[in-house]
Amino acid sequence: MRRILTLFLVLFLAFAIGVSYAKDSIIVGFTMSKTGKLNAESDEQFKGLKIWEKYVNTQGGIYVKSLGKKLPVKFVYYDDESSKERVQQLYARLILNDKADFLISPYSSELTATAAIVAEQHKKIMLAIGSASDSIFNKGYRHIFQLYTPASRYLTGAIDMLKALNPRASKVAIVYEQTNFATDVCKAARDYALSKGLKVVLFEGYAPGTTDFTSFINKIKSLQPDAVIGGGHFADGQTLAKQLYEQRVKVDVVSLLVAPSVPEFAQIGKAALYVTAPSQWENGVKYNEKAAKKLNIPWYGPSVAWFVKEYKAIDRSGKEPGYHAAAGLAAGLVLQRAIETAGTLDANAVKAALEKMDVMTFYGRVKFDTGRFYGRQIGHEMVYLQWQLKGGKLEKLLVWPPEAKEANLISYKKNF
Amino acid sequence: MTKKYVLFWLLPIVLLIALYPIVTDNFLVRENIFLMLSYIVFASSMNIIMGYTGYVSFGHIVFYGIGSYVGILLINNLHVHFVIAVLCAALVAGVIALLIGEAVLRLRGAIFAIATIGINEAVKSLVANVDSLGGAVGIFMDFSVYDSYGGPDKALWIAYYAMVILTVLTILVSYFVRNSKLGLGLLAIREDEDTALVVGINTKRFKSIAYFLSAIFPAMAGTIFAFKSGNIVPDDAFHIVKSVEMIFINVFGGLGTVSGPVLGAIIYEKLKDYLLTNPTLKDLHLAVSGVTLLLIVIFAPSGIVGWFRERFKVVRGVLE
Amino acid sequence: MEALLAAIITGLLLGMVYGLAAVGLNLIFGVLKIINLSHGAFIALGMFGAYYLFQYFGLIPFVSVIPVFVVILIIGILLYFIAIRRVMGRQELSTLLITYSISLIIVGLGTFFFTTNPRSIDIPWESIRIFSVYIPATRIVALFLAIICTFLLYLFLYKTWIGKAVRAVSMNRVAAEYMGVNSHVILATSFGIGIGIAAIAGVVIASIFPFTILSGGVYELKSFVICVLGGLGNPFGAIAGGLILGLVESVLSLKIPVGIVPFIEFILLVLMLLVKPEGIFGRR
Repeated sequence: MRRILTLFLVLFLAFAIGVSYAKDSIIVGFTMSKTGKLNAESDEQFKGLKIWEKYVNTQGGIYVKSLGKKLPVKFVYYDDESSKERVQQLYARLILNDKADFLISPYSSELTATAAIVAEQHKKIMLAIGSASDSIFNKGYRHIFQLYTPASRYLTGAIDMLKALNPRASKVAIVYEQTNFATDVCKAARDYALSKGLKVVLFEGYAPGTTDFTSFINKIKSLQPDAVIGGGHFADGQTLAKQLYEQRVKVDVVSLLVAPSVPEFAQIGKAALYVTAPSQWENGVKYNEKAAKKLNIPWYGPSVAWFVKEYKAIDRSGKEPGYHAAAGLAAGLVLQRAIETAGTLDANAVKAALEKMDVMTFYGRVKFDTGRFYGRQIGHEMVYLQWQLKGGKLEKLLVWPPEAKEANLISYKKNF
Repeated sequence: MTKKYVLFWLLPIVLLIALYPIVTDNFLVRENIFLMLSYIVFASSMNIIMGYTGYVSFGHIVFYGIGSYVGILLINNLHVHFVIAVLCAALVAGVIALLIGEAVLRLRGAIFAIATIGINEAVKSLVANVDSLGGAVGIFMDFSVYDSYGGPDKALWIAYYAMVILTVLTILVSYFVRNSKLGLGLLAIREDEDTALVVGINTKRFKSIAYFLSAIFPAMAGTIFAFKSGNIVPDDAFHIVKSVEMIFINVFGGLGTVSGPVLGAIIYEKLKDYLLTNPTLKDLHLAVSGVTLLLIVIFAPSGIVGWFRERFKVVRGVLE
Repeated sequence: MEALLAAIITGLLLGMVYGLAAVGLNLIFGVLKIINLSHGAFIALGMFGAYYLFQYFGLIPFVSVIPVFVVILIIGILLYFIAIRRVMGRQELSTLLITYSISLIIVGLGTFFFTTNPRSIDIPWESIRIFSVYIPATRIVALFLAIICTFLLYLFLYKTWIGKAVRAVSMNRVAAEYMGVNSHVILATSFGIGIGIAAIAGVVIASIFPFTILSGGVYELKSFVICVLGGLGNPFGAIAGGLILGLVESVLSLKIPVGIVPFIEFILLVLMLLVKPEGIFGRR
């Protein structure tokens, strides 16, 4: 009896060791915010990643030439609680303990900036989604690649919208969350507004987690600007929009970051009406093989329609996917293409493939900066949406740029 | 006075723990030990003002924050060498402690505690509003800084060695303060400040020195932390919960003894790591720490070391 | 001018709510002589009480203050006899830590059960016009709620036997015991009422702002400032302190960056403690 047991044990051990040493999957590690203030956006991003996991694994995985076979993708992920402190610890764990081959960033520029340090210290490639801050990319990192249109080109369209709506507009108020992302975006928007001859009458930040904007609104009302732009992420942006409406702030354009592009923004009801937002992607964009051919770059991956269909199958609430989810899938596709091009899992080869990449997917064009802002996104473009009433229901429609619009831009003043 | 043997066993234990990741070359263990050592530094320095002198400095983390900022500004913006930056951080925090101490050390008891919380919050919101200090977004170190230390790998090890040295230094200072005239004066202040004054102790000067000493070590740890993690944000640098951790460790280990905060820190780090990684307890770690603290305060107010000391009078000299 | 008017009105409205949030802290300090570091946690519990009563029973915060107050009052009395009583009379450190540990337990359990996702109670009421200023109706209701609670507390402390006993213990515990007051019962009741009012403040705040289980911390810190401004230990001083703070915050931020306001508040806190320490203890 004992002999048989010993034999089993030996066999089991041999098996276990054998398994742990053969490379049978590509491990992609990341953290997501299952809890905390970034939960709404991070959840969407995660859905996009799940769609990619399904997409790639139903094909049998990613073909790695150097191993001569297809390897399925395996996710390892943790809850970062929307907290920076947890992120560094968890990314070190993903790299050292879980032996992740590639990393995907957490949601938000703040968390990405801290995760980037760990990725860089251990020389792991990390695809940055949910982070638009430019300032991450002038720190001399060499392994972080950004999918979002960066902050410097993020909110400039809001100024153009204001000019189109009211050519006599002269004053802009900017109120932003004191985070990497919103600060970078709003500084760029301020410079752009000044260059267009507008006066920036208010440029002030609020602490993350702010729930009371009364002081800011009192200030805005006394300065009487033509547009209020800024915001930060979902929770604060939604509250700001609500309080702007409650206290009757009469301006032409209210353009806030992130919040209005998340479907849950409609929870605040009438206060959502005529609020605009920049977006990385909306259902309604016209990215396809034809558009790729026009730019003379290759097309890669599934179509917009396929993504929307898959999203609705996962989400089940019937709402349209937003850009957070789209970027999740896009990050996966970019990684997949880079590995296929490199033909190996070696970080340096994949890095070289990413440097050379210039491709169009359902998400738009993707191309990375290789100069001083190494890894920054230079291919992708923004669109703008506005919440409008369509058949008595609140809906977000593409309103800018003019060549992509689904509806006409309406002044926020129409609310009152 | 009984002869004090505490260093003979305490230092070897700490050094053995500190050497472990160096010998095994294990990064993950190193990360954990780094945290453990930092807890020893925090708790031992807090012990000087709180344990020996009886002043609960609830906002003590302010010195860690100041140290982090001074350090990262020197290293990142002025390209000062890491070691010099650590020393400068100690200097700046020490001077600030003397100035603040001049004012708030006149307060006693809970009022002193509230005042230190106020100072921490005030400094936090000041830093968050000064653009040249990075504002609320904080400062991110340029990655090329690590190049002059032989790349990020080497830099992480340098930070680790620095923390080991700082830990030993803190324990030594804590020991010598405890077993000196200064220490006796501080204990007298803790027991009854008015009587201490009457019997001729310069309470004001003694308290200032204690406050100074307890401020410089967290500041140095702050620079090391900032150098290692490559960024610094006001909300993390001045997080009041970290002060509470320092207090917790002391109460847990044994307030007012040399070995108490050290043992407390070692056990606390293990406990916290276990709570944070255990799948069922992970989400409840705050509540579990709360219950633990409650039980300790009610049933074992003198901590682990105190518990031993009360039962085995012989070991007194070994523990203090 | 219009902006100043708006700032004054909104400042007073918020100040009253701030004041209510601080009343409990001051009551407990006055009677038990301890600083209650679980104050913010009970504010947060009140917020979640209001949230769930609204979600599942459709109770608007105006109504849910009553069940929330009663439950927290009972919790407070139990907590006093289970934990706080054991450290009464020990050093400050013990009382600070015991109340902090209660806070950790509440926030820890709250994080587990409610997560830290932001919540809000959305009552679809329109804004009301006062002069030329639009004020959300929920804030007006919050103001009345705060005034009513303060008035009821006044009636309790000055018109009922037990309230008079609370004040007697607050003034001199030993003397009150000689007069036949069972001080532990009084201390327990005071603690219960103190955190009960904190929870009411939580309900009120939840009806106007979004919140998480961690939101109490902000109001706890504000409460410290308010209590010191209004005089530590005096519950109605807290209302005055709250109104001052609300007004200062609102009017100051018209001219200076909003972010710098907390700095001014906390410097004020430290200065008050230093310059008028005897005023803080009332009489010395």
